[in-house]
Amino acid sequence: EKFGLGRAALPEEIAAWDGDVSPNGDGLPSGSGDAIVGEEIFAEQCAVCHGDFAEGIDNWPKLAGGADTLDHEDPLKTVGSYWPHLSTAFDYIKRSMPYGNAGTLSDDEVYAIVAYILYSNDLIEDDFVLSDETFADVELPNAQGFILDNRAETEYAIWSGEPCMENCKDEVKVTMRAMVLDVTPEENKPATAEVTQASAAKVEETEEAPVEAAAPAIDAELAKAGEKVFKKCKACHQVGAKAKNRSGPVLNGIVGGASGAVDGFKYSKALKAAAEGGLVWTPEELAAFLAKPKKYLKGTKMGFAGLKKEKDQAAVIEYLKTFAE
Amino acid sequence: ASPDPLITQVQPWAQELGDGVDATPYGLPIEYENDVIRRNVEWLTADTVSSINFTPIHALDGTITPQGCAFERHHSGAIDLKKQDYRLMINGLVDTPLVFSYADLERFPRENHVYFCECAANTGMEWAGAQLNGAQFTHGMIHNMEYTGVPLRTLLEEAGLDTAGDLKDKWVFVEGADASSNGRSIPMEKALDDVLVAFKANGEALRKEHGYPVRLVVPGWEGNMWVKWIRRIEVTEAPVESREETSKYTDVLENGIARKWTWAMDAKSVVTSPSPQAPITHGKGPLVITGLAWSGRGAITRVDVSKDGGKTWETARLAKPGEKMAMTRFYLDTDWDGEEMMLQSRAMDDTGYVQPTKAQLREVRGLNSIYHNNCIQTWLVRSTGEAENVEVS
Repeated sequence: EKFGLGRAALPEEIAAWDGDVSPNGDGLPSGSGDAIVGEEIFAEQCAVCHGDFAEGIDNWPKLAGGADTLDHEDPLKTVGSYWPHLSTAFDYIKRSMPYGNAGTLSDDEVYAIVAYILYSNDLIEDDFVLSDETFADVELPNAQGFILDNRAETEYAIWSGEPCMENCKDEVKVTMRAMVLDVTPEENKPATAEVTQASAAKVEETEEAPVEAAAPAIDAELAKAGEKVFKKCKACHQVGAKAKNRSGPVLNGIVGGASGAVDGFKYSKALKAAAEGGLVWTPEELAAFLAKPKKYLKGTKMGFAGLKKEKDQAAVIEYLKTFAE
Repeated sequence: ASPDPLITQVQPWAQELGDGVDATPYGLPIEYENDVIRRNVEWLTADTVSSINFTPIHALDGTITPQGCAFERHHSGAIDLKKQDYRLMINGLVDTPLVFSYADLERFPRENHVYFCECAANTGMEWAGAQLNGAQFTHGMIHNMEYTGVPLRTLLEEAGLDTAGDLKDKWVFVEGADASSNGRSIPMEKALDDVLVAFKANGEALRKEHGYPVRLVVPGWEGNMWVKWIRRIEVTEAPVESREETSKYTDVLENGIARKWTWAMDAKSVVTSPSPQAPITHGKGPLVITGLAWSGRGAITRVDVSKDGGKTWETARLAKPGEKMAMTRFYLDTDWDGEEMMLQSRAMDDTGYVQPTKAQLREVRGLNSIYHNNCIQTWLVRSTGEAENVEVS
């Protein structure tokens, strides 16, 4: 039964959304790139999270290394050591990366980044040109490392039937206790920093920026609310003594400071132009920028939708005020 | 005994007037319940935008999870997508590729079903040992809601499946409108069976964090496949083998070989109270032991509870007969002697499957799996009534 609802999808619409790439190469666009070009793009677009050598920063995924670790304790599962299909890397990077600015890479850039990841895993030479033509020449080491779900044979057949109800064991002893390495979050207490090797999903805690002594004339309550709002910014921006540039610049001293002034950060052309024009990040300018970044500064690299609520803008600005230079 | 002033004296709430209607046009829980909230485990992930939090199952009863405390899992954050801006495309091997608006979806015949949604990583932190103290953290990557939506089959048939030919080995690839897109491949057999394109949960619109305005519901299968903000459904010859179905949501066995396409969530249960966040505070005497059970392969038929770490078991009372791919609440109404207990629960489903112990799981899968840990959980309840997450021999 047809209901006659919906309308025909136009070819341009399908082309805009249908970008998936399959293991047999279906969906690969024409284009090419090598690891040398890829290294530059990777440094700019990917290294803030994945590290200059695809080794991963903090908890962000490691993309290289881990060869021959899959049968060891805590295997390192990277594109090189674990992923079965190279198409998956292209498909994912093209559609979902860079984090916070998805879908902005050209096809050639994606080929180059994928080539750099292969190179970082010692799987190709740096002059190998990855393209839709050569894609099938690369086989990933763990291509044969997967089997289909076999629980029906290995588990279901064994773990069924009438279970034991009485005298099922001679004695019962506690063999392991969560108290020993309690990593449970508690209210009014920061998350536990020490995580021992007992966890399969073990990961290291992201470095927390310490809140520095507040300068005078800070509304402490508002700043505290701003700290919460700042969670939205933390993926890209750091503050505090140990802050480093990530995909966004360090924000120490931002309130009342000159725009485009952080050493070592590659600003967008738009922001450079604004800085040359003498833009100072007064609370008013910052609030306007934060409300709608892309509208305020056309061409900004900041891939953030904006803080709609004025009280959130005010709070985060108050919080940022607590980080002077 | 002296008389209780709460009874003998007139209390303010019995004398004065309370709030008028509309004091809270959309109501929130009363302030005394403000500890019944989702919680995050910060060390698990690099940031909260690509992360997960946990349903406070220790503090809930019944089976329906209120949307406001149902766990969240995002890969690129919860997006703001208006109904007017929502589009759903069906393309690939269909007779006519189509685009639906939200209003179009509301004109198809719709169905209501209660299903649980469990992240494949639920209990994943416990593979190598007891680690987190609380049912919320060990088992809270789950919720159970009543969904209203249109069967995926209806939409696929609207686009027409003649072009696809023999449907037996065909797939659908589904992706979301958020930056992660979170693409997954689903075998056609499942797509035509019970998958829903849902827009309401527990009677009201989906919450932003659960995919407003439209998400996919894939009954009994791992939560990652329940694509939120679903924007595209493509009929394909073969699975796309996306990141989420190769590098993630695959299960490494001891020999380094990994299982893939382990979609179904096996039968599982947990005692929610008493538990580390819900200790016994009333001393010995009548005690309600309660918990949840569910199976992605059918309906729960029985839950047994052990107080001695698995030496002896008693069959618990199911609050209602189990329903397919939905949570079942169980109770063991008992008398506590005030002695230490090693509390466990063990679920069975209508395939005859019995929830395994941690040792049984480890024997088959080793220690390096992350996903699909459906082991029997043990809470050590001390004579003080406090409880701890432990493992037993």
